[in-house]
Amino acid sequence: MPADPPSDDPPAGADHGEPRRTPDGPGRSAGAVGTPVHAYPARLWRALDRHRPPGADAVTNAWRSPVRGPWLTSVLGVVLLATLPLVIITGLLDWIAYGPRLGQAFPSDVGWLRPLVFDWPTRPAWLFRLTQGLHVTLGIVLVPVVVAKLWSVVPKLFDWPPARSPAQVLERLSLLLLVGGILFEMATGLLNIQYAYLFGFDFYTAHWYGAWIFTAALVTHVLIKLPRTISALRGPRLTRTTVEESVPEPADPDGLVARRPGPATMSRRGVLALTGGGALLLAALTVGQSLDGVLRRTALLLPRGRQPDDGPNGFPVNRTAAAAGVRTADTGARWRLTVRGGSRTVEVDRDGLLAMTQHTADLPIACVEGWSTTQTWTGVRLRDLAALVGAPDSAVARVESLEQAGLFRQARLQVNQVRHPDSMLALRVNGVDLSADHGYPARIIVPALPGVHCTKWVRRITFEEPPGD
Amino acid sequence: MTDFRRHYGAAPWHLLLLLGCFAVTGWIALRLAGEATAGRMLLWFVGAVIAHDLFLFPLYALVDRALRAAMAGTGRRSALNHVRVPALASGLLLLVYLPSILGLGGDTYTAATGLTPQPLLARWLVASAAIFAVSAVLYALRRGATRKVIFSGPDTPRGPRT
Repeated sequence: MPADPPSDDPPAGADHGEPRRTPDGPGRSAGAVGTPVHAYPARLWRALDRHRPPGADAVTNAWRSPVRGPWLTSVLGVVLLATLPLVIITGLLDWIAYGPRLGQAFPSDVGWLRPLVFDWPTRPAWLFRLTQGLHVTLGIVLVPVVVAKLWSVVPKLFDWPPARSPAQVLERLSLLLLVGGILFEMATGLLNIQYAYLFGFDFYTAHWYGAWIFTAALVTHVLIKLPRTISALRGPRLTRTTVEESVPEPADPDGLVARRPGPATMSRRGVLALTGGGALLLAALTVGQSLDGVLRRTALLLPRGRQPDDGPNGFPVNRTAAAAGVRTADTGARWRLTVRGGSRTVEVDRDGLLAMTQHTADLPIACVEGWSTTQTWTGVRLRDLAALVGAPDSAVARVESLEQAGLFRQARLQVNQVRHPDSMLALRVNGVDLSADHGYPARIIVPALPGVHCTKWVRRITFEEPPGD
Repeated sequence: MTDFRRHYGAAPWHLLLLLGCFAVTGWIALRLAGEATAGRMLLWFVGAVIAHDLFLFPLYALVDRALRAAMAGTGRRSALNHVRVPALASGLLLLVYLPSILGLGGDTYTAATGLTPQPLLARWLVASAAIFAVSAVLYALRRGATRKVIFSGPDTPRGPRT
């Protein structure tokens, strides 16, 4: 892994190149005060130091870029520190939006990693569109920043000796978790939104636990490195230097500064502009999947930049009727909706539903994969269906689909999701009947509810008392 | 305290912090150990690090060195970034959208979207070509501007680099 060393300074005399100046003095980081030459077991570290493997010096001297150094690494670090928490929090919100209280969050049994959960709100209706769109889009946009950050510290990976104390060994191990964590999260996330499940394990489980490993390593890394970051940024402002003025920083205790730098080919602000430009390029080619109309086509290289067709049902599908095994015979004239509440059961056919009070609302449907779209839905309010069987106001709902298999063939709705005036069993969209792929004869639409819980091809709705917490 | 530092190599809070970090990872590892696919998860976790550090980084660093050597031969150092930047942009698009560009996904893609996966290789090539073209135009404009400066007066602070 591209590892920064722990925050204690390499001892004087242990260095094989020119002596390194410590610009801030050793007192900057807590671990550095009074650091002896070699920690326990000193003989081991000394022996490692002395026995340099062939090529170690060649590698140390091979780093050319004069802009690598604490300043650039710190700027990139601060950018990630300001943005990654947003990705982490929106990811956690996504888990909560799935409804852990109703046993619907994946993975479901998470032991003491279970965060404080709350009933996912229905207002504003675009809440999930926003949080999940941010999670996916920001995750993509940060790829070049992460790559640049790793580039800025990569010399540490090939540093010899790899450690001079138990502290450095442990810190390096934690960096394996940090770097492995972020790369694992980005790789699984990118493959998931592009439907290429090459990894062959459960995405939810892996992405959730991977995120915790990464978060723990990130918190550790930030706490250890923050003093050094601050001191690097307090130094001369290097944002303004041109290519010609881009000389290396003074040798740093972390050994990021090249010992034998080549001529500068790009200034530090050039590197930052390049990184930011990469981020902007990705943003421009990704936001389209969260927008409607012609702008959707700007997601040139993503599956959700494509529209199925131009008609009223021509917005992205999440799971086709064919894939769900829903047959036309089941959705035709024979179809009946069963509504249950307490001891009452009512069966209604589609005409019966169309004869009930119809409600129309513009509501977004947003997928966990980050894409979203707003459409005009028409159907019967869920609270009207609850009234039909005399269900109490406190009832939650269990919605079952004609779909025989699959993780989302049924979903449970919280009280607020049942009672919201825009929550409905939609029969029509944009003035026409739902298409088979959008859930004909009837589907659920609830404000701010994750798309996978807006059950399609509904066959039964059961209103029941909420489960005890 | 001083003894601790001498032996461990950092302050006690450093050790506590790291032990906390490893405790989280250890607990997760134990929890996932029972999963049938735990081995694959570990493989992907470690594999991601190896793929970046020992493949992707050396690859782009070597390509960059080769490019610099080639450009040094022509004496056109100022053109270097006009090749490098679009190459990085194109590589970044390839890295992030690789599954879509290669049309991976297959049945899963069709089941999810109702569309047949259509390799977007042509789109990526066109986007890359466009980025290179913009860079080339900017280079031409810059050279034009530099020439004008040279012709207009000898007081130019910075001489042409070509």
